[in-house]
Amino acid sequence: MCGGRVDLSFVFRAFEKGADGVLICCCWPGECHYVPEGNYNAASMASLAKRLLEYAGINPDRLKLQWVTASEGIRFADTVTSFTKTVRDLGPLGSSEDLSENDLEARIQGVIKNIPYIKIAKRDKLLKHLENTDEYAALYTREEVEKLFTEKPSYYIDPEKCQGCGTCRRNCPVDAIDGDKKVIHIIDQEKCIRCGTCLEVCPPRFSAVTKLEGGVPVPPPVPDDQRAVAKKES
Amino acid sequence: MVKKPRYIIEDICTGCNTCVRYCPIQVPDPYNQDLSNNKAIHIYFEQAVPLVTYVDPDACIYLTEEKCLICQSVCENKAIDFSQTPEKVEVNVGAVVLASGFEPFDPSLSRDYGYGVYENVVTSLDFERLTCSTGPYRGEVLRPSDQKHPKKVAWIQCVGSRKVQEGSNTYCSTVCCTYAQKQATLMKVHDEEAECTIFHNDVRSYGKDFERYYQRTADLPGVRFIRSYVSVGGEDPETKNVTVRYATPDEGVKEEEFDLVVLSVGLDPPKRADALAEKFGIELNEHGFCKTNPALPIETTRPGIFVSGAFQGPIDIPESVFSASGASSLTGELLEKRRSKLTVEKVYPVERDVAEEEPRIGVFVCHCGANIGSVVDVPSVVEYSRTLPNVVFSMEQLFSCATNAAQEITDTIKEKNLNRVVIAACSPLTLEPLFRDTVREAGLNQYFLEMANIREHNSWVHSKEKEEATEKAKDIIRMSVARATHLEPLQEIELPVNKNALVVGGGVAGMSCALSIANQGHDVYLVEKESELGGMARKLYRTLEGMDVQTYLGDLARKVYSHPLIHVMTGSAITEVRGYIGNFVTTVDTGGWTREIEHGATVIAIGADEYTPSEYLYGENDKVLTYLEMEEKIAKGDEAVMNAENVVMIQCVGCRNEERNYCSRVCCSHAVKNALNLKRANPQADIYILFRDMRTYGFKEDYYREASENDIKFIRYEPEKAPIVQPVEEGGRKVLRVGVYDPILGKDIAIDADILGLAAAVVPSPESQKIANLFKVPLGPDGFFKEAHVKLRPVDFATDGVFLCGIAHYPKHIEESINQAYGAAGRVLTLLSHDIVTVSGAVCTVDEKRCMGCGACAEACTYGAIRLEEKRKREKAVVNPVLCKGCGLCNAVCPTAAISLKHYNNEEVISEIDAAVSKIL
Repeated sequence: MCGGRVDLSFVFRAFEKGADGVLICCCWPGECHYVPEGNYNAASMASLAKRLLEYAGINPDRLKLQWVTASEGIRFADTVTSFTKTVRDLGPLGSSEDLSENDLEARIQGVIKNIPYIKIAKRDKLLKHLENTDEYAALYTREEVEKLFTEKPSYYIDPEKCQGCGTCRRNCPVDAIDGDKKVIHIIDQEKCIRCGTCLEVCPPRFSAVTKLEGGVPVPPPVPDDQRAVAKKES
Repeated sequence: MVKKPRYIIEDICTGCNTCVRYCPIQVPDPYNQDLSNNKAIHIYFEQAVPLVTYVDPDACIYLTEEKCLICQSVCENKAIDFSQTPEKVEVNVGAVVLASGFEPFDPSLSRDYGYGVYENVVTSLDFERLTCSTGPYRGEVLRPSDQKHPKKVAWIQCVGSRKVQEGSNTYCSTVCCTYAQKQATLMKVHDEEAECTIFHNDVRSYGKDFERYYQRTADLPGVRFIRSYVSVGGEDPETKNVTVRYATPDEGVKEEEFDLVVLSVGLDPPKRADALAEKFGIELNEHGFCKTNPALPIETTRPGIFVSGAFQGPIDIPESVFSASGASSLTGELLEKRRSKLTVEKVYPVERDVAEEEPRIGVFVCHCGANIGSVVDVPSVVEYSRTLPNVVFSMEQLFSCATNAAQEITDTIKEKNLNRVVIAACSPLTLEPLFRDTVREAGLNQYFLEMANIREHNSWVHSKEKEEATEKAKDIIRMSVARATHLEPLQEIELPVNKNALVVGGGVAGMSCALSIANQGHDVYLVEKESELGGMARKLYRTLEGMDVQTYLGDLARKVYSHPLIHVMTGSAITEVRGYIGNFVTTVDTGGWTREIEHGATVIAIGADEYTPSEYLYGENDKVLTYLEMEEKIAKGDEAVMNAENVVMIQCVGCRNEERNYCSRVCCSHAVKNALNLKRANPQADIYILFRDMRTYGFKEDYYREASENDIKFIRYEPEKAPIVQPVEEGGRKVLRVGVYDPILGKDIAIDADILGLAAAVVPSPESQKIANLFKVPLGPDGFFKEAHVKLRPVDFATDGVFLCGIAHYPKHIEESINQAYGAAGRVLTLLSHDIVTVSGAVCTVDEKRCMGCGACAEACTYGAIRLEEKRKREKAVVNPVLCKGCGLCNAVCPTAAISLKHYNNEEVISEIDAAVSKIL
């Protein structure tokens, strides 16, 4: 496996479990053992992760990406020593950031829950290869990452239009849609990753799914006793 | 052959180094250029094969004075055997490959540079060791006199080469320009503040990507390139700094002090080459290197004896690698009938199905002699392992890798019914294959093995913190156990190998490659787009060394056409390629008639083209010729060319510029060849070669010298002051007036030329992109095909089963193309001589339900292993496991974790992360 395999979820898992710092080591740019040059992918991921940490109120210096090849033992040792010092100076995760234990957990969870959505939204940038790897630091802006959360889109099934055909439910990659034959379908907004598959697959003659942009609130779900599809399929 | 005693029983020694630690005798270590000491018993160097110790018979006090024997008493494996004597070995062989390398030039032979006199004058090899982490100061660059960090370092080029001083060789050593640049770059990595100065003659960055590397080095802050001959003036008796005297056009002769002076020493023939030649009945050339067949430098003067590497002459790493693989192909041609006669296939027991079993993990903790055991408290680690979830057994071993210990692991797996194994020892890099085998021997799937590295990552770096190291060993093992719990049995895919090869391109490279493959019993389909074989070589008449190219080409084409196993398809184009290693299906269109060819291997040898200049009135004035055109006219005795009074030749036309930022490698030699041929035919002619750096590397340097001794005038120009050409009439004679600044005269001069020759660049074939797309192989920034690794795999592509040779790879001389063609043939045979190829089980797989068909994975994968396929009206990612290399980039961009890299899936990695941080909570 390549450094480019390191997933946003790995990084946040470590913080979630109590790590005070995360160090990712990759081969030097241009020296990746794999043709895709995965270290560029890692650089983009790490840069995004830093912004996400910032968003969560965690010092981004707790995450470090370092170029070091397997043969550079001394550089590796120096890296570990200096990063350990950085993390020690920062102090324990949470309390040093003035976050209560519960608050910290909620914030990290808030990011983890949204990782699939973030990957969809930032796909192009995650795959971006910048010849000058220093430029990755500025690839994502603070505002951009904030917007990810404040202007997160939602998908909503209009109970007036849904015919309970089940196409969206069957195609939802994360099983976020509840419903049955002839029962109005409802998207579980907690589970939904905003991929838009439901919108794509909803038969055009129903067009029951809408995308709500820019943080528009989702209407409350239909109560369970009113979910039978009233009209006949036209 | 006489095999010298090692005084070590190789099969028993585990390379633990305990004997080295206890050996009382220190001797200068030749591997580190005698800059540091090693022991009388030691391992040659860290990558030595086999990685076991040997006893230096001149230094060991037992062997010289019958004292000591400490090593024997500390070796717990009883691997040291002083009763060994020289052993006479007789082998019957059908072919011999001489790969005796070269000897670095010894600068102490000439007193010019004060080597051996001034402490801070070192050779480039000394410096190489200084920069290396396994070097005398563990990678710190310290100068000899006071072990301080040098701040000002000078490199002096051409030491021992290009007849620069008394006693030096006449030829160019070819590698020193680029290695000096590398060393200056490394120096800057070691110390950003360092000032590096390279005193050079021509900068010969003729190799692939070298020109860019040269620019990168020159652009580093504090790096100076100064074109000057130099001498070493002396040393400051107090600081021991060294004074270098040089001259620049602006400031004249100068003296400057440096903390360290590095001599870029050249390449001598190997020591005792003459004795070797006599033993094998081969001839040497005038320089003392192996005399080779001018058309095929792997062949010596004696059939059946081949030469590879720098014994051919001064060559760089890629050329060494292709000549090595080429020698194997030529050997294969001789010994084809006996291939695989000595191999034994290993049979493993049937794999146990453990799907229904709970994880039962066994942990084996290795002492590695004293390597781990003297730092880590192994018994307490074993004890701790037993408390971990799913661990049912744990034990310590002295050397887990020793044959008896591996057997113990196999037996224990069976006895304790283990279904997962954690071996806590060293890096998986060396021993994972061995331990996978051990696990297989016990009837377990080999992917049920997990190695915990408690040596390199632990005991070796924390030797002074024993308690912490013991705790860390426990942490590492806890992580490995957690991961092992989730390991799944994986099957490696075995693919049949179609025995045919397809060679794309019927030039000299393609034909030579096809011929060598066919001579080893394989059908070869040779596809050429033109109606005739020959490619670029059809425009060449003689090489610089005098080989008659057309006769050679005619012979080669005849051999190819008449070979029963070579199927020539001229006037043909490739329209479609399907499949993968061992199983390609390629569609070839020959004038509207298409056929499908099944083949196991592919060689891309599509060649390159000559640049059509837009510079210097080319195409407007018929006195302006490219070198290929000039060569043809010389060969055919064209009057205008042969009778020209003044001939001007301009180098670097269309390359070494912004648009084509590379050196075309062949043009300098080409210029010298055309100039010499003209001069021989018409000694009265005045010939001027306007150049930037003359890159007549290797033995070709002798011809450059011959040209300059024969009054061919060489004028250096800088790209900012490129020559200017105007047509003028002078005394009724129509000429081309070439204006150029002459740096030696220090003024602009004008030469009226009857003929103007242009060193037109070698440019990639316009077909390159198409062929690259068809075979899913990459092109480099200059449009030439990009090999898997520029040094170590110069004829392979990262795409398995596809190989590369000739000038499609990069411009090169005809004999270099042939060298590489045989190299590609050798690589093809490595594949085609097997009936099956095995593909790793650690590849990606897709959970279709979770896949949303977004295609991010396919975009991340440049191996082309993932494509989207419509399944029940939705696009889903599909992995071709044969093409997947297991990097896992697709996993990191997949929003729904639908794509999963086996052996490194989310569950396995996350369990390790959890175990790593679990103690913190």
